[in-house]
Amino acid sequence: MTDEPLVLGIETSCDETGIGVVRGTTLLADAVASSMAEHAKFGGVVPEVASRAHLEAMAGTMRQALDTAGVRLSDVDAVAVTAGPGLAGALLVGVAAAKAYALAAGKPLYGVNHLSAHVAVDTLEHGPLPEPAIAMLVSGGHSSLLMVEDLAGRVEPLGATIDDAAGEAFDKVARLLGLPFPGGPPIDRAARDGDPVSIDFPRGLTGPRDLVRHRFDFSFSGLKTAVARWVEARERTGEPVPVADVAASFQEAVCDVLSRKAIDACRTRGVDTLLVGGGVAANSRLRAMVTERAAAYGITVRIPRPKLCTDNGAMVAALGSHLVAAAVPPSTLDIPADSALPVTTVSLADRL
Amino acid sequence: MLVLGVDTATAAVTAVLAEVDADGVRELASAVTVDGRAHGERLAPSVAEVLTRAGRTVGELSAVVAGTGPGPFTGLRVGLVTATAMAQALGVPTYGVCSLDALGAAAGPGRVLVATDARRREVYWARYVDGVRTDGPAVAKPADVHVDAERAVGDGAGKYAEVLGVRIVPEPRYPVGAVLVGLAAERILAGAPGEVLEPRYLRRPDVTPAAPAATRPAAAGTPR
Ligand SMILES: Nc1ncnc2c1ncn2[C@@H]1O[C@H](COP(=O)(O)OP(=O)(O)OP(=O)(O)O)[C@@H](O)[C@H]1O
Ligand SMILES: [Mg+2]
Repeated sequence: MTDEPLVLGIETSCDETGIGVVRGTTLLADAVASSMAEHAKFGGVVPEVASRAHLEAMAGTMRQALDTAGVRLSDVDAVAVTAGPGLAGALLVGVAAAKAYALAAGKPLYGVNHLSAHVAVDTLEHGPLPEPAIAMLVSGGHSSLLMVEDLAGRVEPLGATIDDAAGEAFDKVARLLGLPFPGGPPIDRAARDGDPVSIDFPRGLTGPRDLVRHRFDFSFSGLKTAVARWVEARERTGEPVPVADVAASFQEAVCDVLSRKAIDACRTRGVDTLLVGGGVAANSRLRAMVTERAAAYGITVRIPRPKLCTDNGAMVAALGSHLVAAAVPPSTLDIPADSALPVTTVSLADRL
Repeated sequence: MLVLGVDTATAAVTAVLAEVDADGVRELASAVTVDGRAHGERLAPSVAEVLTRAGRTVGELSAVVAGTGPGPFTGLRVGLVTATAMAQALGVPTYGVCSLDALGAAAGPGRVLVATDARRREVYWARYVDGVRTDGPAVAKPADVHVDAERAVGDGAGKYAEVLGVRIVPEPRYPVGAVLVGLAAERILAGAPGEVLEPRYLRRPDVTPAAPAATRPAAAGTPR
């Protein structure tokens, strides 16, 4: 199947320098260098630290990706890169690098949307995506419900968080509980020993009035505040904080809202494929709850394996490969890195 | 040998194509765009443009020379990652040159101060005698620069002329592409091993973590 497009993908929208190589929907390499260790002590990603790390990691990550895939740059059919959304300075390192690799190797360039790439990565695990599909992307920076009519160009936003992203809520609650950053994995682990119904935390934007204006939107800042109040109240009485129970009850509240709204979106739009992506899709409870609830309505759930859910270059390569196969025109060498790229812009060729 | 030079350490986005041999450096084409916010957009098209204008192809390049700053971080990285990636793809060496040297060496004989705009009301500066750097590079408030020169060049010198109190020569205002390549000519001709291009940031990063999702550009850009 060597007639399938061989595409290189570069991702630098946040703290991961990711370079992936994909042929069609087959993953050949997924090299990732992360600067997370440098950010952890600040309790969040520091943009300038991330940007510096991208520059340092670029050539080495490229070498590793090409070596793993066993290909040369001259073999690829296109170079794809995350053009946005993300941290402006971080994105720019990847975009400039991608242009340089494309120019030097004489290959077409595709500037693509990070969110669509999170959707496209699933094709590497489960094959071509049935369309239309509903995609729920939940990460440290995003919580969005998208209607994917056509992964090559028609993606419509149904809703998004109006305050904190789901992953951000995990990170903040972890900090309240004295767990390390990023908070998703330690909360997931702690919750296994806790009782998810021991504390009734609020489910944001699920009241009857909210469902009129914010049916597919999310809000997690009230939940975070509720957890903080609950923990403070406990500390005031001098009792120990039951970390496992708080973690499990918080996680239950997040997963409940996410899965309810995702399935509601599928049913409202008459769509029977639900894709979940982004770092929070690694959450074990979310995976189980979405799968179980969706099954009751005959909705098929696709969730890529955790390694593919967090930021990486393979997802960008996967979207690039899809765009090449769909004969979408490439981007020009003067494309910007756009930190606020709208979800409706799947690739920058859309603008030509 | 055909050599590409790039510099993005100032508001000028510079690409130059030059022929380097025992007789010296001959500029074939150069493209300079002065726009402090367009480094990422302009540099790659400028590289393509100088190649086209000179009627040469990218595969003919023997080396890439880059200005390593000091300069505002975001723009500076564009030049360095572009040079690094192109050279890696082509399998040719990269050589780094201090961007201020590409002004100092172009400023003629005598004692010269080079100062470029470092934003935040500061300048990147270095001192030269007959084109050779004798002090710097460093970053400082204009009032704190020990001038000790007959004249000054660079956009930072022009911007803070009154504070510096030295005669300002309007040109060169930005690093000169052919001069940049010339400063690496010896290494290029000697076939010296390629260098990892290390940015001269001169300042530590501001360590404020990214704003929460609602104010982060990514989230703010998500349509409702
Ligand atoms: N098992 C888990 N359970 C819950 N959250 C998790 C888990 N694993 C990771 N996360 C969360 O996922 C987030 C990281 O996700 P990801 O790498 O996709 O995105 P990001 O770096 O935040 O960038 P962006 O939002 O731009 O995609 C963090 O907030 C982290 O806490
Ligand atoms: Mg992401």
